[in-house]
Amino acid sequence: MVDVPLGSAGVVAAPDVEDVELYHPHSWVTKYVFSQDAKVIAIQYSFVALSVGLIALVLSWLMRLQLGFPGVFSFIDANAYYQFITMHGMMMVVYVLTALFLGGFGNYLIPLMVGARDMVFPYVNMLSFWVYFLAVLILVASFFIPGGPTGAGWTLYPPQAITTGTPGGQDWGIILMLMSLMVFIIGFTMGGLNYVVTVLQARARGMTLMRMPLTVWGIFTASFMALLAFPALFVGAVMMLFDRVLGTSFFMPAMVEMGQPLDRNGGSPLLFQHLFWFFGHPEVYIVALPAFGIVSDLISTHARRNIFGYRMMVWALLAIGALSFIVWAHHMYVSGMNPYFGFFFATTTLIIAVPTAIKVYNWILTLWRGDIHLNVPMLFALAFIVTFVNGGLTGLFLGNVVVDVPLSDTMFVVAHFHMVMGVAPILVIFGAIYHWYPKVTGRMLNDALGKLHFWVTFLGAYAIFFPMHYLGLMGIPRRYHDIADMAFVPPSAHTLNAFITIVALIVGAAQLAFVFNLFWSLRHGRNSGGNPWRATTLEWQTPETPPPHGNWGNDLPVVYRWAYDYSVPGADQDFLPQNQPGPSRAAPGAGHG
Amino acid sequence: MAVALILVLVAVGSVVFHLVSPWWWTPIASNWRYIDNTIIITFWITGAVFVAVILFMAYCVYRFRHQAGRQAHYEPENKRLEWWLTIVTGVGVAAMLAPGLFVWQQFITVPDDATDIEVFGQQWQWSFRLPGPDGQLATSDTRLISPDNPLGLNRDDPKSHDDVVIEGGELHLPVNRPIKALLRSPDVLHNFYVPEMRAKMDLVPGQISYIWFTPTRTGTFEILCAELCGVGHPQMRGKVIVQEESEYQAWLQEKVATSFARLTPDTRNGAVVPD
Amino acid sequence: MGSILFFLSILAIIATWWLSRQGLASKPWLEQGEAAALPNLSVRSAAPATIGLRVFLAVVGSFFALFISAYSMRMQLPDWRTLPLPPILWLNTIMLVLSSIALHGAMVAVRRGERNELKISLIAAGVAALAFLSGQLVAWQQLAGEGYRLTANPANDFFYVLTGAHGLHLLGGLVALARTTEKAWRVPATEHLRLPVELCATYWHFLLLLWLVLLSIWTGWAGEIIDICRQLLT
Ligand code: HEM
Ligand SMILES: [Cu+2]
Ligand SMILES: [Cu+2]
Repeated sequence: MVDVPLGSAGVVAAPDVEDVELYHPHSWVTKYVFSQDAKVIAIQYSFVALSVGLIALVLSWLMRLQLGFPGVFSFIDANAYYQFITMHGMMMVVYVLTALFLGGFGNYLIPLMVGARDMVFPYVNMLSFWVYFLAVLILVASFFIPGGPTGAGWTLYPPQAITTGTPGGQDWGIILMLMSLMVFIIGFTMGGLNYVVTVLQARARGMTLMRMPLTVWGIFTASFMALLAFPALFVGAVMMLFDRVLGTSFFMPAMVEMGQPLDRNGGSPLLFQHLFWFFGHPEVYIVALPAFGIVSDLISTHARRNIFGYRMMVWALLAIGALSFIVWAHHMYVSGMNPYFGFFFATTTLIIAVPTAIKVYNWILTLWRGDIHLNVPMLFALAFIVTFVNGGLTGLFLGNVVVDVPLSDTMFVVAHFHMVMGVAPILVIFGAIYHWYPKVTGRMLNDALGKLHFWVTFLGAYAIFFPMHYLGLMGIPRRYHDIADMAFVPPSAHTLNAFITIVALIVGAAQLAFVFNLFWSLRHGRNSGGNPWRATTLEWQTPETPPPHGNWGNDLPVVYRWAYDYSVPGADQDFLPQNQPGPSRAAPGAGHG
Repeated sequence: MAVALILVLVAVGSVVFHLVSPWWWTPIASNWRYIDNTIIITFWITGAVFVAVILFMAYCVYRFRHQAGRQAHYEPENKRLEWWLTIVTGVGVAAMLAPGLFVWQQFITVPDDATDIEVFGQQWQWSFRLPGPDGQLATSDTRLISPDNPLGLNRDDPKSHDDVVIEGGELHLPVNRPIKALLRSPDVLHNFYVPEMRAKMDLVPGQISYIWFTPTRTGTFEILCAELCGVGHPQMRGKVIVQEESEYQAWLQEKVATSFARLTPDTRNGAVVPD
Repeated sequence: MGSILFFLSILAIIATWWLSRQGLASKPWLEQGEAAALPNLSVRSAAPATIGLRVFLAVVGSFFALFISAYSMRMQLPDWRTLPLPPILWLNTIMLVLSSIALHGAMVAVRRGERNELKISLIAAGVAALAFLSGQLVAWQQLAGEGYRLTANPANDFFYVLTGAHGLHLLGGLVALARTTEKAWRVPATEHLRLPVELCATYWHFLLLLWLVLLSIWTGWAGEIIDICRQLLT
């Protein structure tokens, strides 16, 4: 534990930031395995999360094969299908996206971007990764137990999740799932404390909050939200585990299951839904806010222009973070809860659209009169805007309570959330990897492969999920592994399903090109130098690339300006790094403020 | 250049797909045309925004692509523009929300003349209960469920004698009469969903939820379960048969007769009566 | 979900207050140099561990606030049968209060550099906390003996789970307290003890407050207070 103050909260004028005593790894094991260096932990997190992502991707192929060509793959029966969607959904949302954005990017970027040597609690940070790894092991173990993983859907709604009619409900599947989630939350809390306190306490001299890059703002806000939202899932998981293992009746009502009365009484299934979505909705933004932050920085850097409306961007981020705690029941419009809640939650949900829209405007206004370099990270950022706007707009359908009635629980919902929290954040992750890979490895990723990966992924994902909305509009429910005998479904819909499946397989294959690129470029990539994108933020100004343990050599950086001094009139280059003192500049945009 | 073009194609392609693709909602068979209208309004507003944003982006990508000698314009913010955009967005959002809330008010306000029926979903079939001649449903309780009382009716309730129980079969409804469906489940969550009626609501064990609608055309429509309820979920289907009033009454009379026969006191005492 | 929303609004107020002093309305592009805006900000430095603990307490607080929300929703269902509070809880409460007071004493002692008082207070706090935990176990036994078993009624479920969760948190605190106590013997300079003792004290006060909240809910006082507030408001 570090007892030495690292700097002081929000203080700009603090004259001397005391340097930290770093722990010094002595052996290979403490350097690369049980490392306390945030950068190594970041890579460990990313590697595990991407591996889980590959498993989830393979599961999505299997589901798509069944949906596109029903009956051809006889091993994918209802049982297996439900296990696949549950594991796919839970893995993607929690174990891939949350872990990657916060554990991966958070660990790598926060200390570097705020000018710290490391996270403030390195030991706890290390524990965080290993606890996460344990959670992954528990989750994956459920594939290998009798009865298999749970098939309750990623929402795990009781009573169904813990009854015999559901795969894993009365076996170990659901128990392992709940345990894994609880372990994950404990691990995340350890990491989250680090991310938040590092931003609060370890910023370099001169790094005021309003000089922080939006990436840090995004990850910081999301970490805070996650710290407050995950307990809801934890509470729900504890109570469900009690119900399942000890026979309590938190959620279990009086039930007659398959003709047999169960010895339960009076519990409330809706209670679980409230807890779940109290976590579940903020979770959407826990994934989205880091993506918002990162994409802002990608756009600004590659358009060589300051992010437009930085202050508005920060305020919008904070507003979204706060509002997202009072919209949860928009997932429950047709759940049988008090229908009058609908008025309140529809209103809050549509209000949250306003700050979100502001962010979109500011991204595209950053492009306006820019100097746009269409590098691979920029392409991904543009594609993010397309898919995010698309998914965000369909969110206005589902948030508007009465419009949700025909659409909820149909493929429209599946298309919507894949667009907005599946495809869009994943595109940002790819863009971010192409952007920061040179800093992590000192080499560029291959550009041609990158472009190929980009076009197939972007256009493919759009072709998968855009038409899917219309299947939902037609009335095809989600979580149906077979729609062959539905009277109102025309044959053309089956053709569309087959088409979607084929595109999904192609998109999946393109990811292998990406994985190949990651490993190939480690050795064969072009040397990148320290700052290949000519960016302003601190992580690009490290004395060495990749940054060594301790990041900054002898002296901590001092910050003299905000993160977006691109194309400043009169400057001799089109970017001014944050730690560069001069030259002083006239302030052009001042007249507008 | 190519990037800008592809962005334009994505925007235009999406609109064209929306307009010409054969996949659209099923023809409506209930009074919830308002919901369809709200969806249409939402499609227009969101569609316009989508196209505008993407085209603007495409234009920027084309017009401000990197060329030798180009320098980006330095402008940290533009308060006026940002406030205008905020206000316009607010108005657009309100234009969608207002009709939405208005229709929601109707959706949850059941007309006084609505007929109560019960929809009973269990793993994995639908059953129904219609009020007999008295027009009222008897109370029920999950704990009363037994092989000869599959819906757990309260037999001490005098209203129970004429209730018509249809197990695992088809739901008949008269056309143009408002229906309040009381939704009940003895085991897990289910969701009563008839695409043509546009209505949908969860069945929650331990409580009774409801929806109401007025069938507006005759025909046979599929009932789907729209809330994951275990492995049998996709097989949990049923049928609504909407009939002219006279046909419906004829059908109901026949049902009332048979269910009276089933509910004679002997059956209640457990003796088996041959059908 | 009332209690969690209440808890989060308090956090939101604190966050807003803090953010309002961070110059969120400043225009960073106009300011250059290392000591830019915000001249009126006081130079105050807290140890990261202190801030870390506060954030952690926010997490724990949200965990219990959610549990209490669940409690109050579940309570409204008809099968709820309130369970009698075993009188030993009052003794336990006194123990927990004593433990907190002892740690407060330890904090005062460490600030004054009085090592002997520090050692005694730390030991006393630990003993009192252990007494609290044993008392809780006795309470469980008494309840179980009288037939208020875990599965019999949701009120019982919540009682066991909430006391259990509170006890586990205290147990975790005891590990930290044990390490601090051990340091009180080992470490030569009392300045180095100041931070860990302060952290323990903060945590203890928080757990005491939490316990009082839980107790007030079980005794029904919380409900009465809410009713009174409601009447005052209307
Ligand atoms: C090309 C990539 C992907 C494909 C082809 C795909 C495909 C699918 C399919 C077929 C389903 C089941 C739909 C149903 O029958 O209800 C599904 C469910 C789901 N997917 Fe994906 N998916 C992909 C990526 C993602 C990503 C990146 C996420 C991250 C958020 C994600 C999150 C989910 C969730 C949360 C569910 C719901 C599971 C449930 O219903 O319990 N998917 N996906
Ligand atoms: Cu949500
Ligand atoms: Cu179902």
